[in-house]
Amino acid sequence: MIQPGFVLAASFGYLVLLVAVAAHGDRRAGQGRSLIDSSLVYALSWGVYCSAWTYFGSIGRAALGGVWFLPIYLGPMLAMLLAWLVLRKMVRIARSYRITSIADFIASRYGKSPLLAALVTLITVVGILPYIALQLKAVSAGYEALTGGQGQSDMAWWRDGTLYMALSLAGFAVVFGTRHLDLSERHEGMVAAIAFESAVKLAAFLAVGVFVTYGLFAGMGDIWARAQAQPDIANLLRLDGLGFEGFQGAQWFALTLLSMLSVLMLPRQFQMMVVECVDERHILRAAWLFPAYLLLINIFVLPIAIGGMLMMGDAGAGAESYVLTLPLSQGAAWLALLAYIGGLSAATGMIIVETVAVSTMVCNDLVMPALLRSGRFAQAGGDLTRLLLNIRRAAILLVLLLGYLYFRVAGEAYALVSIGLISFAAVAQFAPALLGGMYWRGATRAGALGGLIGGSLVWAYTLMLPSVARSGWIGADFLDGPFGLTFLAPQRLFGLSGFDELTHSLFWSLLVNIALYVGLSLIGRASAREASQALLFVDVFERGQAQPVFWRGRARPEDLRRLAGRFLGAARAEALFRDHARETGTALDSLTADARLVDRVERQIAGAIGTASARVMVESVSQEEPLSLDDVLEIIDEASQVRVYARELEEATIELRAANEKLKSLDQLKDDFMSSVTHELRTPLTSIRALTELMLDTPDIESAQRDEFLGIILSESERLSRLVNQVLDLAKIEAGVAEWHTTRVDMKALIAAALRATAELFREHGTEVALDLPERVPMVLADPDRLTQVLVNLLSNAAKFVPKGRGRVQIVLLRQGDELVVKVRDNGPGVAPGDQATVFEKFRQGGDACNRPPGTGLGLPISRQIVVNLGGRMWLESRPGQGACFAFSLPLQGQGRSR
Amino acid sequence: MTDKVLIADDEPNIVVSLSFMLKREGYEVLVAPDGLQALDMIRSDPPRLVLLDAAMPGMNGFDVCEAVRADPGLSGVRILMLTAKGRETDIARGMGAGADAYVTKPFSTRELIVRIRELLA
Amino acid sequence: MRRRDGPRPEVLLALCGAGFLLFNFPLLLIWDQPLTILGLPLLPVVLFVVWGGLIAALAWVSARSARPPRSDRAGNRRKGE
Repeated sequence: MIQPGFVLAASFGYLVLLVAVAAHGDRRAGQGRSLIDSSLVYALSWGVYCSAWTYFGSIGRAALGGVWFLPIYLGPMLAMLLAWLVLRKMVRIARSYRITSIADFIASRYGKSPLLAALVTLITVVGILPYIALQLKAVSAGYEALTGGQGQSDMAWWRDGTLYMALSLAGFAVVFGTRHLDLSERHEGMVAAIAFESAVKLAAFLAVGVFVTYGLFAGMGDIWARAQAQPDIANLLRLDGLGFEGFQGAQWFALTLLSMLSVLMLPRQFQMMVVECVDERHILRAAWLFPAYLLLINIFVLPIAIGGMLMMGDAGAGAESYVLTLPLSQGAAWLALLAYIGGLSAATGMIIVETVAVSTMVCNDLVMPALLRSGRFAQAGGDLTRLLLNIRRAAILLVLLLGYLYFRVAGEAYALVSIGLISFAAVAQFAPALLGGMYWRGATRAGALGGLIGGSLVWAYTLMLPSVARSGWIGADFLDGPFGLTFLAPQRLFGLSGFDELTHSLFWSLLVNIALYVGLSLIGRASAREASQALLFVDVFERGQAQPVFWRGRARPEDLRRLAGRFLGAARAEALFRDHARETGTALDSLTADARLVDRVERQIAGAIGTASARVMVESVSQEEPLSLDDVLEIIDEASQVRVYARELEEATIELRAANEKLKSLDQLKDDFMSSVTHELRTPLTSIRALTELMLDTPDIESAQRDEFLGIILSESERLSRLVNQVLDLAKIEAGVAEWHTTRVDMKALIAAALRATAELFREHGTEVALDLPERVPMVLADPDRLTQVLVNLLSNAAKFVPKGRGRVQIVLLRQGDELVVKVRDNGPGVAPGDQATVFEKFRQGGDACNRPPGTGLGLPISRQIVVNLGGRMWLESRPGQGACFAFSLPLQGQGRSR
Repeated sequence: MTDKVLIADDEPNIVVSLSFMLKREGYEVLVAPDGLQALDMIRSDPPRLVLLDAAMPGMNGFDVCEAVRADPGLSGVRILMLTAKGRETDIARGMGAGADAYVTKPFSTRELIVRIRELLA
Repeated sequence: MRRRDGPRPEVLLALCGAGFLLFNFPLLLIWDQPLTILGLPLLPVVLFVVWGGLIAALAWVSARSARPPRSDRAGNRRKGE
């Protein structure tokens, strides 16, 4: 046993830690460094699926029925296989139309029906309250097990710790769950705290599992070996373990299907998966991380359950607290406390998210419509944002207090497991309307209403009332059929027996639900608004930016603005209109209330008060023309036209952008060129200026030193003038203003002339020059001076790079087809493969700076430019180590492009 | 004790003028013809000051400067960047890399020596 | 026209169908034997192994189809889609 004060202090400490995590999450969000923008955190937040029902109840169920605890987790696995298809679509729809709850989702799909929204909210509240009570009960029971206290619930309510626990959770949910008015903004702190809770409960459960399996026993094999000695336990791990005759395949299937639907339909799952989704790409990873989380948290359920039965020898309700009592019985008080904190985190996580989700629905879909209808609010001006937030806060408190009340009144009546399944079956009623609405355009509001009402009535009659009857609040003879009508017996409707009550109820309720949903949809006709919403939902992936807006009528911008101000606050309304003005390119005060603006305002308001209420409000400030089905089709037609235009526009934009990029890169090239020229000019200037200044400032400079400096100054000046000439030359050629004197030219004579000009260079370094010229070559049309310039450049390049003393340069002239080719080959180091592509670019000199012979880095670009201007080509043939061979060709017939 | 100054520049004629100027002022002069050698020399025997050319083969001056600044053992080394590119972005980049001063070519030796004295004061 | 940036729907549907079959009557009866595997009862072991297998398959299918975020995508398009 642990001292109650100690347990209370630990629980309180844990809640404080939770507040700290949430506050940190909100702070990070405020700094723009979201904590929850990760698929791992996203997946952990889905772990809110594992409530106290999992934490304590699974073991109880395993102790009774062996593997029968598993379908509840296999269903989510199957659902997650389709998450990328289904959940992503839900997220995209919710994001696009600012949908913030499951009631809103269904109502919006079927023509923004306030009635549907209210109905879904009502079903949720009725279905979920027992579930919240269950969490409180679990925490309270855990506390009793831990402290050895008895009958807490016998205490006066004001001495009951569970009440204060519920109140502090309400406080947490109020602080972190109602931060912004706009519900489509995420509750970053809350999500961070929930992800943290998921990690805590997993760690605590695994710790207990390891303790039981490897501390109390010698591994799972040992537990099983000992269990086999006891036939009742040994039989547990067979499919007929629940004591039915034969395998209840239908029940197994029903449980799998039920949990598969619930994992998407439970308000807390919808909140975490859809509303709080940061980035729909996270779904891809979270979809397998989440089932992996479920697998981990379930892996020790059977060992703990069987181990507990072996050690404690009872398989009754006591099994539900094995995680606490097993460590406690072995004196591991710390572990028991940790396990309790784990259970606390499972319960609190569920309660917080569920109350925030349910309070949103209650506020937007029950309270708001009533307020708006009362007229007083509809007329009055005034900012309603504060009122809205307060309604939501009150709803959170109310839901939790109702849950507590339920716990006090009915808490002892049920086992944990049955309550959870009743809630699951309730929310499963949403599945046909929600999933069908995402894929079937023909589904109508009448069908959805009929299906939901029919299904939930059957659920209440076949599942809810019998459990109430068993608590003794209505006569037990009700179970044999009201008024003695046995064919109406709630658990054997029309004599259908042989099923357990859950399967029976699920079968009938979903049958009625789907039959009415499909049947009424097929019989009736959708209104224009239903049809338009159907298209917006089903085809949400089909439309890019060009979404059709189904609205016609007249409205005044100032009315819209006042409306937006009331629900969004003046600042956000102002920003909304400013954005719209900017995007449409109109001045703020000349905005007209066209369909796009109306739609935009309506969506923003929907984020605050729900789509159905937003619709009512927008209707109240504008004169709308009712749309017919034909109008809807026409609007869609227009929208697809717009889409075609948009696509064309997009293509044109892409081309434009490419052209712009090209211009920019040309600009960049020019800029680079100027920068290089500047660099090349500044370098010799630097030496000249520095040396001149030094000589001036050092009157007693030695004469040898002075001569060296003067020599450098002279050569740098030459370099400078050469550079200036070449830059001008190149600029002239490139700009096409150079003068060309084209005549018939004998290439052999030009080569001889070029050799004479460079003879001194070759002789100086002892380089050998070989000629390989044919006897006769045809004349070409070219500018002889320019061509000589090219040849001299190539020859002096070769002379610079050959090794001193043993250099060899070969000049080859040959006719190839209708071209005359000149090659200048040397035995220098050649050009590295990496540099070959750039040797003809400006200022790309070969070799490193120190070993590089002097040059401006413009010779080759100029030569190539000349050859190209004469209608030829210039290229490089080089393999490193074998020297370089620069070659150019000139057309024989071709006329040099003389200018 | 004379201060050691490293000249890292790939233009031999500029090295000639800089080393003459520094020797005249009484500094001990080391020369590195490219960025990699400059970094080696700075690491093996840290000088008081490096006159660092921005555009060098192998490893450019900005990278050398960043490498020196990333090494806490070399925090005492002052760096004066020399560059022939006077664009604003180059200056910003040099300062961003952690240079102590930035001088564009062509420079005045008189002004340069004042800057050097300031840096070594 | 729509860019594929996740697993193919057919693959996911096939996996889900396979999961439904493997986790339900009548295939489940195959494993309902009084046998042990490594000293552990067959049925739960098989359930957990199939479960783990589905997770691994989903992870593999997802990872294979995952594209880098939109902003980097232009660079990768060359690799052929």
